[in-house]
Amino acid sequence: MKEGNENLRLTEAEKDLFNQVMPEDLAEIVTGGIQRRHFLKLLTVTGGALLAFQLFDNHEVFAQSLITNSTVGIENGVKVAFMVNGQKKQIEVDSRMTLLDTLRERLGLTGSKKGCDQGQCGACTVIVEGRRVLSCLTLAATCEGKSVTTIEGLANGLELHAMQAAFIKHDSFQCGYCTSGQICSAVALMTEVKNGEASYVTPDIRLPGHSLRLSDDEIRERMSGNICRCGAYPNINNAIKEVYSGKDVPQTWQFSS
Amino acid sequence: MAANTPNQNTNMAIIGKPLDRVDGHLKVTGIATFVAEFNQPNMAYAFPVRSTIAKGSITGFDLILAEKSGGVISILTHENAPRLQPFDPLEIKKTGGFLAENLIPLQDNKVHYFGQFIAVVLAETFEEARHAATLVKVSYAKEKADADLNEALLKSSVREGAQLNKGQASAIIETSNLKIEQTYTTPAQNHHPMEPHAAIAIWDGADKLTLYDSTQVIVGMRNITAYFFKLKPEDVRILCPYLGGGFGGKSPAAHNILAAMAGKKINRPVKLVITRQMMQTNVGRRSPTIQKVALACDLQGKLTVIRHQNSSYSNLTDFSEPVGIQTQVLYNAPVREITHQIAKLDMNAPTYMRAPGHAVGSFALESAIDEMAYELRMDPVQFRILNHASTDPVKKINFSSNHLLECFQIGVEKFGWASRKIQPRQTRNGQWLVGYGMATSVHHGVRRPATVRIQLSNDGMATVMTASQELGTGTYTILTQTAADALGIAVGKIKVLVGDSDLPPAPFAAGSSTTASVNPAVLAAGELLRCELMRIAIADPKSKLNGRNTKDISFADSKLYLSSDISISDSYKDIMRRNNRETMQASATATPGGAASGATVAPCGPSMDQDQNYDTHKYSFHSFGAHFVEVWVDEDLGTIRVKRVTTVQDIGRVMNEKTARSQVIGGVIFGIGAALMEETVFDNRWASPVTRTLADYHVPVNLDVPPIDVHFIGKPDPHISSIGSKGVGEVGIVGVSAAIANAVFNATGKRLRNLPFTPDKLFV
Amino acid sequence: MRPFKYSTTNDINVAVKMLQVKGHAKLLGGGTNILDLMKEDVEHPEELIDITGLSYTQIKSISSGPNAEGISIGALCKNTDTANDPIIRQNFPLVAQAILAGASAQIRNMATNGGNLNQRTRCSYFYDIAMPCNKREPGAGCAAIEGINKMHAIFGWSKDCVAVHPSDLCVALVALDAIVKVMGAGGKERLIQFSDYHRLPGTDPQKDNNLQQEEIITEIQLPKNNFASKSYYLKVRDRSSYAFALVSVAAAIEMAGNQIKQVRIAMGGVSHKPWRAYEAEQFLINKTPDEANFNLAAELEMRNAKPLKHNKFKVELGIRTMVRALTQAMNGGKHT
Repeated sequence: MKEGNENLRLTEAEKDLFNQVMPEDLAEIVTGGIQRRHFLKLLTVTGGALLAFQLFDNHEVFAQSLITNSTVGIENGVKVAFMVNGQKKQIEVDSRMTLLDTLRERLGLTGSKKGCDQGQCGACTVIVEGRRVLSCLTLAATCEGKSVTTIEGLANGLELHAMQAAFIKHDSFQCGYCTSGQICSAVALMTEVKNGEASYVTPDIRLPGHSLRLSDDEIRERMSGNICRCGAYPNINNAIKEVYSGKDVPQTWQFSS
Repeated sequence: MAANTPNQNTNMAIIGKPLDRVDGHLKVTGIATFVAEFNQPNMAYAFPVRSTIAKGSITGFDLILAEKSGGVISILTHENAPRLQPFDPLEIKKTGGFLAENLIPLQDNKVHYFGQFIAVVLAETFEEARHAATLVKVSYAKEKADADLNEALLKSSVREGAQLNKGQASAIIETSNLKIEQTYTTPAQNHHPMEPHAAIAIWDGADKLTLYDSTQVIVGMRNITAYFFKLKPEDVRILCPYLGGGFGGKSPAAHNILAAMAGKKINRPVKLVITRQMMQTNVGRRSPTIQKVALACDLQGKLTVIRHQNSSYSNLTDFSEPVGIQTQVLYNAPVREITHQIAKLDMNAPTYMRAPGHAVGSFALESAIDEMAYELRMDPVQFRILNHASTDPVKKINFSSNHLLECFQIGVEKFGWASRKIQPRQTRNGQWLVGYGMATSVHHGVRRPATVRIQLSNDGMATVMTASQELGTGTYTILTQTAADALGIAVGKIKVLVGDSDLPPAPFAAGSSTTASVNPAVLAAGELLRCELMRIAIADPKSKLNGRNTKDISFADSKLYLSSDISISDSYKDIMRRNNRETMQASATATPGGAASGATVAPCGPSMDQDQNYDTHKYSFHSFGAHFVEVWVDEDLGTIRVKRVTTVQDIGRVMNEKTARSQVIGGVIFGIGAALMEETVFDNRWASPVTRTLADYHVPVNLDVPPIDVHFIGKPDPHISSIGSKGVGEVGIVGVSAAIANAVFNATGKRLRNLPFTPDKLFV
Repeated sequence: MRPFKYSTTNDINVAVKMLQVKGHAKLLGGGTNILDLMKEDVEHPEELIDITGLSYTQIKSISSGPNAEGISIGALCKNTDTANDPIIRQNFPLVAQAILAGASAQIRNMATNGGNLNQRTRCSYFYDIAMPCNKREPGAGCAAIEGINKMHAIFGWSKDCVAVHPSDLCVALVALDAIVKVMGAGGKERLIQFSDYHRLPGTDPQKDNNLQQEEIITEIQLPKNNFASKSYYLKVRDRSSYAFALVSVAAAIEMAGNQIKQVRIAMGGVSHKPWRAYEAEQFLINKTPDEANFNLAAELEMRNAKPLKHNKFKVELGIRTMVRALTQAMNGGKHT
């Protein structure tokens, strides 16, 4: 990859990579060539060399292309402009289209998952205006002017969000399908706790919010809207505990000998 | 890194370490790409239409409204769908593939169960397809459907399972003073992996098909797809780099074939993702079971009889829940009688679900064992030790390894079992009655042939390739670890490719068999590569190892070196570059019970260890374990909370302490779900589930799950493979529901024999 | 989901007018129930009017009128904000607890209070368009009454419908004698006693409540009370969280000396509307708050229960849940 404005023809595999990880820049790259900032962003988005290796090398398997379905002929089209992970998005959607399907099918942001499509699993959890919500029960049309953060927007450049790093360390997932929702939920949970918001298991609801202590049961209850069928809950809770307390939470298993 | 010597067994230095998952970064950033996310240019969306009767035939479709609906491209029904090669069990068996349900969609007008796919709508967008599907009007000639298991059993016959001293059980039970005769039931259960089943079909002309498919059966899916569409297997490619959970529920099934049919019909890529509701009706389930267990004892507490009579249903498949399976290997008893009775119901096919047979069979057996121990007023651990089978009691051969007694001993100590009272209702904590319970877990160890190819590049990277599968079990990570040891290459320089049928064949990812099957082939392929490198180096005048003897050479850190002098070395990179090798490949097939075979590009003829492992005539292969649980029961409200679990597992060599622990925890949580809440309830009038969604079919949420303390025995099994790892994916669930039932009895004195233990059960 | 027109308005009178003119229009608040129902093809409005831009999001004290010193909760205030409002937590903890017992954090962040009142039953026959249901399709018949009815009503059901109202919040609201303020045609407002807001199914179970087609809930008013130190919301369900109630009880007690001066009891999961346990309440007035009296009161109330085939346990569970909730309320309403 070269710097400057020199036109550089991307291979199909490279195009696919950009398609997948930074679709918003694809057109620019294809027409204007790749620039240093694109590469830096690629590293940022993908989290570094290991990933770039995985993606580049694995050609078709990772070749996920972005489809922006034509909106021609869509009944009840709604134009909506909103921010996703700090970037402005302007699209026209079918009024029936959920935020989840918009992210996954139109914006190439497939990190948010569809588990049940009816608010019963939490896999689609994203953060809208600072709060965790279910993108499967949010119409894209209602997002006008709003700010949406998805799993793809949590890391700060090469640096993973503390919750993402803790999830890796504590093996807080197996198949990884509920993980985006779990992490978005856990990140928002930190804010809720800071704000002193109560839960059903809060011992004394009448006490002011600042007295809140995030006990194990508080974590469990507050994370109960995110189902994990592989059964990573204890590991998820340890990751949350570690991020909340700022202290190492030991990982334990033992051998007989 | 420990030094390794080629023609000896590879040292296990990285194997076993609690490595973070190598795909962890991709999963926590949302970049790991699942099947439904490989959108294609010009792709159409498919939405299936399901039957609203359970039995009968379709007399007509009214498609006028649906076809006029916005964005609709085509509607497939049995009247216009492509005709596939008919279902022929023998021919299908030859392909090595199988179908979870022996029913090819849209080939005729017959309806076999409620919710069967009878049409599929193709449209430009998901929203349009979903809507138009509701506009398809169907008329039926309805027939009466069998939905009641008890009634249908009356029409079925009893099949004999494992027997010891056949025909003697009844007489002994009748005359015995110390006995238990009880009936236990388990409901229909559904897998509900978080990722719904998905497929994207892409045809290249009429005879090449690429199918992104969320399946646990990569190679089998390719073969069976090729069969149905009359293609060459090499012209079908199944891709699934990540699978969002499977638990046995992601076998080849109708939806993926539907996607391929639809793609063929409209000559466009087609995406079909089923809904959560369809996961209740279309992708198999665990059959409900009715189990009668009779045990009798002598005065010393030695079991004299074990009788396990079980019944379940089957339909559209040869599979039936192998409920007696654990009863064949646990406990000594001179007389043993296992029978099966399989009823036919007009419901969709039951299928494999995490620990088939074992998970539900152990509920009955391990509950009955606890009941028997209580009859004797004997500690249930003591009772199990007294009746422990140290060799396979039915096959009369040795276990490949069996550390169950050690599991008991460690569990007793770590859990604090000694403080348990034999009499129930002795411990109270406020509104809660506290109880301890335990149960044995067991799951058979399975190994199948697998082929692995490793490619080494002269930039120092190695790629491990096999058509195995990552469904959250840690395959990417564990294959990376094994390859690191096999090649003496750092973990960061190894890349694993799985989930692609174009890769060397591997068994389907089920039955806790992947680790035992695939990793020996990684070792073998690694050894072949090492040998080849050594052969080149020894022959290369420019190598410091030129002319040396292979037995004096070791390997580590991506280089070969002289065992006696580490400074005399040659790196893989240098060897390859000097000899103009851009890449080198080795491929090996590990076949259980026989010699490993393989070939490099230019064989150097290493003396491969004869892999005489996994001889099932000689040894009985099983993972074992013991679960200890504490429950709190709010008797007034009928609520049961599992407060802590200690589980000790004998799974052979632990490949990765971190991911293995997670698998065990996951199994225990599946068991908690089965014990406390999971139940697919049918309305027999329609033979349809009224638990249609995750709001009705409850699986455990975070608050249901306590801390789970995991211990491993960690001793390699000497007979399953050169690595010695038995299965870990399923043994964790086995026995959990019995341990909870036993703990509830200890807490309350109430014996619950019908899963799940929802609050209403404590009011009966 | 059928095609629909999406529109927004910041003017309640416009919204009312739209409902009045367009018989097939529905309101969109948090969307947590209506979208689910539209995906299942149970609801199929031709137009969705997004009213989240309306200003009824405040929680404020009422300074005058019959409810002076009470509190007004905006219909469009989110469940989370309602549960965490300092005045609600301090003075109406029963409301906060009930909200927090429902759904998940994500859903509470989306769902509005007005929407909570108007959410529809989770009867699986209602949700499954392949099944007959009088609530979904008047005259089609009720599949639940002879079907699987573990989750269904034991009070007030009719041969046409045995569904229950799924809300937790509403159970607390009916216990606290809340008042629903609605805006109707021509800017005409009216107040509806909470116990009159929801309906029993009778012969027209398609109507969940007494709201007119063009009316929009604007506020929920809570009269001042002296229950704050002794109230409790208890929910019993098939798993420990994120599930609908088998039975839930909202209990609130005001003491005079060592006798009960006032008591409020309501139940969820037992009827087509949040069920106010008037008989139990009446029995307990001027009694000492002990377990024996709580038991007698609960038994008196549950005497009138008419369980179905699969929910007989709800009668006994109802008694025990009521006793426990009252006991917990007496103990200061802390969660244990």
